[in-house]
This record gives sequence, C-alpha cells and structure tokens, in this order.
Amino acid sequence: MPTYRPGPVSLILAVLVALFLLMPLLAVIPVSLTPSRMLTMPTGELSLRHYRSLIEDPRWLDSILLSLRIGIVSSILSTALALTFSLGVWMFQPRFAAALIGFVLLPMVVPPVVSAVTLYFLLTSVSGLTSSFGYDTWLGVAMAHSVMTVPFATVLILVSLSQLDRRIDLAARGLGATVWERATRVIMPNIKFGIVTAALLSFVLSWEEIGVTLFITSVNAITLPRLMWMGLRDNIDPAIAALSVILIIITVLVLVVRSVVTRQRAAR
Amino acid sequence: MRGTLSDRTGAALLMAPLLLFLILAYAWPFLGVVKWSFTLPTPGLGQYHALLTDELVQSVFIRTLRIAAIVTVVSVTAAYAITVVWVRGSPVQRVLAEFCILVPFWISVLTRAFGWVALLSNRGLVNTWLQSIGFISEPLTLVRNEFGVIVGMSHFLIPFAVFPLASAMRSLDERVLLAARGLGSSRMRTFWTVFVPMTRSGIIGSALITFVFSLGFFVTPAILGGGRSVMIAELIYLRIFQSPDWGLGAAISVVLVVFVGALMALLFRYVKPKQLV
Repeated sequence: MPTYRPGPVSLILAVLVALFLLMPLLAVIPVSLTPSRMLTMPTGELSLRHYRSLIEDPRWLDSILLSLRIGIVSSILSTALALTFSLGVWMFQPRFAAALIGFVLLPMVVPPVVSAVTLYFLLTSVSGLTSSFGYDTWLGVAMAHSVMTVPFATVLILVSLSQLDRRIDLAARGLGATVWERATRVIMPNIKFGIVTAALLSFVLSWEEIGVTLFITSVNAITLPRLMWMGLRDNIDPAIAALSVILIIITVLVLVVRSVVTRQRAAR
Repeated sequence: MRGTLSDRTGAALLMAPLLLFLILAYAWPFLGVVKWSFTLPTPGLGQYHALLTDELVQSVFIRTLRIAAIVTVVSVTAAYAITVVWVRGSPVQRVLAEFCILVPFWISVLTRAFGWVALLSNRGLVNTWLQSIGFISEPLTLVRNEFGVIVGMSHFLIPFAVFPLASAMRSLDERVLLAARGLGSSRMRTFWTVFVPMTRSGIIGSALITFVFSLGFFVTPAILGGGRSVMIAELIYLRIFQSPDWGLGAAISVVLVVFVGALMALLFRYVKPKQLV
C-alpha cells in the first residue's frame, strides 16, 4: 500500500483534468433532449424525439444491424486467427517468436490512415475479381476490421497464455495427448477469460471503427460510425446526440460489470 | 523436453493461418501502395519530389508537427496530474480517477469529437453560457480551427498518455519519497526534484506515444478542424478521394510510415516495451 499520498495541489489539478475528460461526454446529454431539429441547448421543454428517430428512421436501424453483423463476423475471424497463432507460438516456442509477433502487431502500430490506404488498395484490387468481397461490401469491411483488430486480440491471448503454468501442458503431453487435445482440452479451458475478452474487444473495436471504414465504403456498406460521420460533417443531426448518450451508458455499464467481475476473480 | 516431430509440425502449423492472412491482406497491399507512390501517375520519383516542393503539402506537414507537439505537451501534463492520483491516491480517489480515465478511453472517437462540437460550437454550451452571463456578446470561434483540434486531440490522447506514466509511477520505490520528506524537503520540492525525475522513462514513453498517435490522426482534426486545419491524415484522404492523386497520397503514406518507424525505434532505445502498458 502506498503511503505517500498526493497533496492538495495534485488533487485540484487532477480534478480539473477529470472534469476536462468527462465534460464532452456530459455535454451530449442536454443536447440529446432538445425539441429542436437543430443542434441546440433545450430551452425549457425537453423531448425524446431524437431517441425515437433512432428506432423509426430506417437508416439508423439498418446501419446498427450492419455494424452488428460486421462486428460479430470480424470478431469471430480475428479471435480465431489470434487464438490459433498464439497457441502455436506458445506450444512451438519458435526461436524467431519476437519477430513473428512484431509482424502480427504491425496494424496496431502503423498509423491508422496508412492501414486505411493499404486496405483500400486491397479491396479495390479484389473488387475486380469478385463483386461480393471487395470495396464497399460488408464482407470486405469485416475482413478489413479483422486486420485492424487481430493485433489487439493476439496481445490479450498471449498475455493470458503467459500466465499459464507450462507444467499442465507438459503433463498432458507426457500422458500422450495430441496437439489438438492439448489445445482444446488443456490450454483453452484455462485461458477462457482471455479468449472472451479478446472477442469482446475485437467486437467493440470493429463496432466503433471509422478511420479505415471511411476509406473502404461509399454508399452500400454504411456502418453506424460511417452514418454518424456523415451526420457530423454536414448538418449536425441531434439524433447523433441521442445515439451518443446510449453508447456512453452502455460503455459505463460494461465497465462497471467488468470491474465487478475482475474484482470477484481477484478475490477467488 | 521436445515432442515428436509431428507434434512440433502441428504446433507450427497453428501459426500459419494468421501469418498467411496478414501477408495477403496487409503486407502485400502495403507493397502495392509503395508501388503506387513510384508509378502513379508516371513512373519515377516525381511524387517524392513533389513532396519536397509542394507548398501545400509542406504547410500541412509543418502544421501537423506543430499540433502534434502542442497536443503532446498538453496531454502528458494533464495525464501526469491525474495519474498521480490514480496511482498514489486513497482507494476512493483511485477508483474515481480510474473511472474518469477508462470511460473516455472506451468511448468512440466520433462520440468524443461530437461532444466537443456540442460544447464548443457557436450555439454550444460554452458560448450559450458565456453569453447568458453577459461575458461575451458575440459567440467565440472555438471549433473549426486549430484550437478545437488541439482540445479534441488532447482529450482523445490523455488516457493513452496515462498508461506509461502509471507504470513508471507504480514501479518507483516510495521509500525514497518518504526519505526526502523525512529529511525536511517540502512537498513541492520532493515532487519536482525526486518524484518527477524518477518517472522520466514514463514521461518519455508517454510523450512518444502521444506524438506518434497525433501524427496519423484523422477523425478528430477532420471534425473539429472543419476542413480549415488539415493534418497529414486528412490530406491523404483528400488526395485519394477528392482530387484523385493516388500517387501523392501513397507517397505521403510511405513517408509517414518511415517517420513513425524511426520514432518507434527511438522509443524502444529509451523504453522497454513492457513499461508502456
């Protein structure tokens, strides 16, 4: 336990920074309740019309469903790829593991805009071969999102593997288990939490991905962030405020649940 | 202890799908982008020559470096203030600080940029409030300029700047701080002459991460800059989609990657990767 506590000056500065961090998140709440069609502060009466338009306007609903579909597919793909790779690295322990992992992490460290140009190149090249899988298709977006999220999933799974006791795997191997049995019956049950976290993070990253999506979609594959982006650049639609409030509430709930779960696991 | 040959092959094969996927979907198309930069519209080094001579491109590079530098100083300073409380505060203070760091961290960049628009635009909260108390008569221009971009980017990057600082602050030996206080040093002096120097690696790591991230930033400058303070990433977007000049867009991308790669190499000379998380 640290006993050297921050003094009053530190506390005041930290409170100011905390306010700065929370301010824009709180600001969207009053705006979302405005009865006006424009982005203004409500004067007097409040209205839920912008929340209603999220459900009633088919554009919002369509893009929410599209983003869900892309998020689920890309999360499954990136978790599966990250899992097999990490299991291979952990069991095989190649001498050049650091270089391989470094390569896999590239999409995470390269500036996102460069990855976006790269994936734009990929999907426009593929477009010539097949129409269902290239530029401005939902499968293309799901694949591009997998490229962007797979480093994060890999990091999470490698971290949970690094906390695993190698002796249980050695025991399984000594008793004659095959690679498949070791992976599915011995190792994976022990890193369940890491796998689920990786899948969840991949989904969230895909769900809110905008930098790459802007480069690889135009009129067909309008994901939720893409629709928000369009609404933000032209006339600012207060429905975005309503949507933001909902997203913020979900985030806070998930974080609270996560911290409760983590604390329970730590207590065990 | 090594298993049989087939066991080893099996494990090695497990690594193949992801490697293959990234070679096909990332490494190969990246080489394609590099090729674009040398071949479009005509083969040669024309685009790189243009980078060195085009005044617009240069002004965007200089603006990007300037904004990135300011954002780095603001973010690292602000992150330092809140990290001190997150790491060293009382249990309640720590939970509150963690909440304030993690909630914005997990909320999408679009929502956060939108929050700033709602706060800072002409009819936003800040201007409405300042006008209602009679402090100003005309709304202040707070977005669609560099000020808005710096505010929004700093807000986005503070949580990222926190993690290396937190890891440096957690690992320092607090007995040294108690010794300094015990020997009669004031709070201020202990902070500046003992605490801050001991977190130097965290400050360097945090500053480099923030700076590298700022260089390739796209969404926040595009929304809060309103097309008036274009940064490198937005320039690449414009070159590819508005004035189709794929060669120049590709060349800027290549330069950006090389520059960021050099900065990362610098980063890992001073900081171990483990200290960044």
